[in-house]
Formats: sequence, structure tokens, C-alpha cells
Amino acid sequence: MRSGWLFRPPTRSIYHPNSVNPSETASRTHQPALAGQPESPLNMAVVRAEFPILDQQVHGHRLVYLDSAASSQRPAVVIRTIAEYYAKDHANVHRGAYELSVRATRRYEAARGKVARFLGAGRADEVVFTRSTTESINLVSMAWGRANLGPGDVVVVSEMEHHSNLVPWQMVCEMTGAEIKAIGVTDDQCLDLDHFDALLSEGNVRLVATGHVSNAVGTIHPVEEIARRAHGVGALYLIDGAQSAPQLPIDVRAIGGDVDTFSGHKACGPTGIGALWARRDLLESMPPYQGGGEMIEEVRIERSTYAPVPHKFEAGTPNIAGAIGLGAAVDFLQSFGLETIHAHEKRIARLVLERLADEFKAITLYGPAPEVARGGVVAFTLADIHPHDLATILDHEGVAIRAGHHCCQPLMRRLGVAATARASFYLYNAEDDLEALVGGLHRAQELFGI
Amino acid sequence: MLESIFREIILEHYRKPRNKNPLENPTVTVSMRNPMCGDEIDLMLVIEDEQIRAIGFTGQGCSISQASVSMMTQGVSGRSVDEALDLEKRFVALMRDEEGASEDRKLGDLRALQGVAKLPVRIKCALLGWNALDEAIKAHRKSPTGAMGEKLEFEDLTELPAGFDPTTHREDLP
Ligand SMILES: Cc1ncc(COP(=O)(O)O)c(C=O)c1O
Repeated sequence: MRSGWLFRPPTRSIYHPNSVNPSETASRTHQPALAGQPESPLNMAVVRAEFPILDQQVHGHRLVYLDSAASSQRPAVVIRTIAEYYAKDHANVHRGAYELSVRATRRYEAARGKVARFLGAGRADEVVFTRSTTESINLVSMAWGRANLGPGDVVVVSEMEHHSNLVPWQMVCEMTGAEIKAIGVTDDQCLDLDHFDALLSEGNVRLVATGHVSNAVGTIHPVEEIARRAHGVGALYLIDGAQSAPQLPIDVRAIGGDVDTFSGHKACGPTGIGALWARRDLLESMPPYQGGGEMIEEVRIERSTYAPVPHKFEAGTPNIAGAIGLGAAVDFLQSFGLETIHAHEKRIARLVLERLADEFKAITLYGPAPEVARGGVVAFTLADIHPHDLATILDHEGVAIRAGHHCCQPLMRRLGVAATARASFYLYNAEDDLEALVGGLHRAQELFGI
Repeated sequence: MLESIFREIILEHYRKPRNKNPLENPTVTVSMRNPMCGDEIDLMLVIEDEQIRAIGFTGQGCSISQASVSMMTQGVSGRSVDEALDLEKRFVALMRDEEGASEDRKLGDLRALQGVAKLPVRIKCALLGWNALDEAIKAHRKSPTGAMGEKLEFEDLTELPAGFDPTTHREDLP
């Protein structure tokens, strides 16, 4: 299943002078699984050896990176792919009549094919490279929204959206006179589907936009069901896949939505690159988002005709290296298998939730129970310790977590908190990371006299 | 290191903040929030004859921001505006880790916050209330009779750690 070149040990010289060989990492980080729990389906020694950044000390402790929901780390193969591309193949794409440009174009387009397969898209030309999830959603809200929304129309989002899947819709509603409505959230932070039905039955819903997995509390939403109900009233369905593509097998055709999108940097890929998938007929029907080079067919002073999709949506020189790096990242994830990564996430999330609940009387855990579908994000507050203080104290133990509103202020308001602490576990996190988190939280309690 | 930050006296102010109550008739009210981390305070003052006759605040945030604003209200209550500004200067010097600042007896309890100077990313927490005070005094100076009832709103958008200047920062190439 794993192809050899992906797993060459990280080249020591350029990228990471201190990188160790995998067997050293293995002996240092391997910990027995918690009693009675099945082992992770991932071989942690193999996975961690691919991430040079994890091999470092922070404030005198092993770095324990628990903020992958904000941005994951990069495997050496992605770093190497980008460096090799720049060292050997770089030129501008889609225009050169010379060898380098042909090579760059081929690699760029091959990356598009990889991302299409990664998402289960039928065709590569349904994938548009963007800067990020945020840019993808803005592309759809501006290109589709301005052309299709008007007074009386309704866009349905949810109360637990990331601001990236909320503000662009507010903006286009302001421009077009359409109205925005939000699906409510249940007490265990799932989407209230009865409320969704009620919103749909109020009529005029043109588009539904929700996340697939909540970045704030980890809930996995029933996107297939949402797609079915949205289509039932003739609305389009956009899925913000920023948190799902990194950790769940995605099959956009089986899910049945109309648009899906994710960011490379949360899925082991580079920053500054993201992908937008949309059904081809939808992409074709949307006007362009930005104008410029690369997206045109014929240009006159008064008007131009546009290139076919997906190029119509890729104005200007694209992030070629980013796309190629993203291609390497999805290859990397698929070499383990997204089913396997998801099983690992589910297992570790359950361990974390159970362990924290057992260990800390004064902890409040947010999000659905481990039995309910959820990803590797665990949000909590501990006694009266402010999440930022927790983050500072954990940082001094080498543990990187996030504190704040996680770009979900409406959800925080619904939870009645100003901020939470969030630990997000990814494919390179295991029990030893959980133990470091537990140790850091004990330290926080000790400092706060709890 | 952390013991020098999360000290008993700071936690005591965090858990039992002084002057944490809204004022009835403030002459100036400043709301200061840090949208990045969600810390927020509304600071209310009654300034008459250049004296801070009353001071109160509401809001929420981390132990450092809340303890700092609590101690600040203690330090400036009943003082003249000039004395308050002088204390602000001394506190900023403490946060900049300037020489002698940690021995500055005029800072009183506020010296307990000196450990924060070693945590660049948290300095802005300690300064949140002081920034509010500074804006309040500026507003007062512009309109000494007071802008009763009107709340002046500010956002603290400093994201760079204190002391970091991107125009002079140099990074070595690998
Ligand atoms: C659910 C969700 N949507 C959207 C985004 C925005 O992603 P990006 O900042 O890469 O555009 C994020 C990341 O923070 C996210 O977690």
C-alpha cells in the first residue's frame, strides 16, 4: 500500500538538521496503549518519523503538538516535494513552449488529479485550486451568490459555523438583499435537524452551507442527510470540509453535496493552497470570481471570453508549488488510508474524553459523547482557570493547544463561554501526548491552587 | 518561571477583583476588547477637578488581564490624573523589563506582575486595563466636562509580541 518514495527518511541536510532516524524516534516515543483499549491502527513510530518538526524540545520538554485543527504539521515528503519542484521543475504553467513549463504544468495538473481522487470527484476539472477554504467559500458566495441571490432568497448556515462559512454569506446577503438563517445547535453541540426542517419549510432557501466536522467541538455532521433535505427544496448544498478532508474518507459524489472545499495546511499540505470541488455543471454556470491572466480565452478591450473550468476560476499565476505540495500531502494521507486515520482519530478522541473526565473533577468537556460521531478535537474548560492561562501553562510543558473562540463566536455565545481550551489530535498524536496534556493540566491546577 | 506569574496575589485579584462593579454616573467610559483572545473590559471613571473620584470596571478575561485591571483600579483610585499617568508609565516600564522597574515601590502590588514581562505574548493581557485608562484620560482631556453616558469603544489589535519590531528584525537564512 505504501509506495517507497514517500517513506524515504527525511533528508537530513537541508530541511531538518536534527532529524533522527525512525528507530530512534520509535524507542523514544513508543508507549504501551492504555489497558483494555485496542491499539491504534497506525504505527506511531512510522508516522512520527515522517514529521521532522515533532522532533524538538519546547521549554525543555518534548514538543506535543495539539493544534492540528488550526494547522497540521508537514511530513518530510511534502517539504521535499516542494523543494525539489523549485530546484528542478519550476516555470510558469499553461503558457510555456519549453520543457520546464511543460514539466511544471504537468505536475500542477497531476496534483489536481490527485486532489480530485482524494475527494472522490469524478473528474479533475471539477477541482479548482484556491488559496484556502476561506477563499473557496468567498469564491462561491461571490460568483454564485451575486448571480443567483436576490431579495426574498434565503441562505441557511448553522450556529456553529467557522466565521469563514458565515461572514462571506453575510456579505453576499447584504449585497443582494437575501436573508441569512442559522440552524440551531442541540445541547450536545449537534445540528438541530428538526430546526433545519423548519427553516427549509419557511421557503425560499437557495443554498445551505454547513461544515462537515466542527473545528470548535469536533461534531461530525450528517452531511448526506443535510444534502438530501437541501435538495428536497431545490437548494444547493456547500460543505465546508476544512476539518473533514484531513481526517475522514471523503467521497463527494456519495455525500451528494454540490460544493466541498478544504485547506491544504490542515491536511499535511502547504499553507496558501486549498481546493474547491463543485459539480461541473454548477462550476460552468457560475461567472468568474476574479479576472486576469490564465482565466481567459480571448481578450478585447471591451470584453473577454473565459477559459473553460476549472481555469476560469484560477486567475493569475497560481500557487504552483503549493498545489504540487498538496498533491504530495494527499498521497501521504492516502498511503495510510483515510479510513485508518479516521479510526485512529476516533480512538484517540475517546481516550482523551474518557481520561480527562476521569482525571479532573472540575473539567467541562464540550461536544458530543464519544459514541456520537466526532473527530479528533476536544474542547474543554478547567475549573476557573481561563483558557489562555491554561495555554500558557501547557506551553511551558511543551504542549501546544489553542485557547479562544476558535473563530466560532456564535457557538461560544450559545455555549455561554467567552473562550474554551481546545486540544486537537491528528495522525501523529498518541497516548503519550494525552499523558503530557494530563500532566500539564495537573500543573495548571497546582499553580491555581486547585 | 510560571510560579513567578501565577502568584497568589494575582490569583487573589483574579478571583476577587477590586472595584469590579459598574459606576452609576461615570464621566468617562471606555470599552477595550481584544478580539483575538476575547478579553474585554468596560472601564468607568468619575474624574472631577483632575481627580479620579471613582473607578469601576466590568468584563472578563484571563487571570493576568483581570488581576492587572483590578490592581490598576486600586492604584489610581483617588489619585490625580497626572499621578495615574505616572503610575501607567511605571507599569509600562515594568512590562518592558526596564532597569529598576521591579524595585519601583510606587507600583505596590502591581510589582507582582513583573513575571509577565518574561512572557511577551501575554504582556498585552496585562496592559488591557491600562490602555483603557489611557484612552479614558485622553478622552477626559479632550472634553473635561465629560461625555456622560457615552461609551468609547476600542479594540486592542496588537498581535505582535511586545518588543518585536518587524522593521528591524533580522532572520538568518538557513
Ligand atoms: C471548519 C473550518 N472552516 C474554515 C476554516 C478556514 O480555513 P482557512 O483559514 O484555511 O481558510 C477553518 C480553519 O480554521 C475551519 O476549521
